[in-house]
Amino acid sequence: MSASVKPIANTRSGTGIPTARLITWWVIASEIVIFGGLLASYIMHRIGHPEWADSAAHTNTWAGAFNTFVLLTSSLFAVLAHKAADAHDGPKAAKLLRLTSLGGLIFLIVKGFEWTADIREGFVLSSGGFWQFYYTLTGLHGLHVLAGMIIMLVVASDAAKNQELQRVECIGLYWHFVDIVWIFLFPLLYIAR
Amino acid sequence: MATEAHVQHPNYVKIWGILVVLLVVSVLGSMTHIRNVVLIAAFGVAVVKAYLVAKNFMHVTIEKRWVPYLLIVCLLFVVILFAGVSPDVMKHSGLHWSNPSANAPAQPGAAAAHE
Repeated sequence: MSASVKPIANTRSGTGIPTARLITWWVIASEIVIFGGLLASYIMHRIGHPEWADSAAHTNTWAGAFNTFVLLTSSLFAVLAHKAADAHDGPKAAKLLRLTSLGGLIFLIVKGFEWTADIREGFVLSSGGFWQFYYTLTGLHGLHVLAGMIIMLVVASDAAKNQELQRVECIGLYWHFVDIVWIFLFPLLYIAR
Repeated sequence: MATEAHVQHPNYVKIWGILVVLLVVSVLGSMTHIRNVVLIAAFGVAVVKAYLVAKNFMHVTIEKRWVPYLLIVCLLFVVILFAGVSPDVMKHSGLHWSNPSANAPAQPGAAAAHE
């Protein structure tokens, strides 16, 4: 394929939605089942085991709240990047995407400190049902944050040259979904005790 | 290729401000330690926040109609999972059955068992 020929995901719009965005929606739909299934499993186990409240009391609400603030702010940067891309301002979109990625990095650093503190207190994966769900849910979510950051930096490097600006919206959609997952993880793991 | 502008961009900073206020409400609500207040502050506010992000940041409401349908169908799968499995998980006994292992203390992990 020559350099001037665009892949089909960038040029075709058979459903009325650009195919790249369509694929993103399908990814999000599958992620709803993955995270939704895990969250539903956690909720039913949590209701069945009121004693898990003792374990949940050890999570750090302030760290969770700070991370929620960080993700909400990074989502703001992501949607502002989309707006800049719509205005064909690639360099501004790239700058905003890098700020979004920085938000992801701050989130992971805080999460790393939290995990370290939990493990030092003796709360590990084998410490009980609550902690198994806690590490699985936050770990899987953290991997999604990491993946989003990497993809976002790749998209930003193209956007800075005013190339492939349609990708800015797609990675933004993914990032907002990751934000929504955390919006539900925060009350489930940090507030409901 | 330039992006296809299909969105009238609202005031995103204002929406972000509302989301942050809702976050503060959920944290303050959790400090009351009154069960119903905590539940509403935690989960009611979470639903509102998720709706605001989906509507204003993801623009779900102005996307082609079948996109929200697709997302709702996937959410229904989750509801079906919950409805099908939760009776066995949330209840530890019934009219003609009981699950004694559910009330047993948690077993240590394999590594701990060898110590």
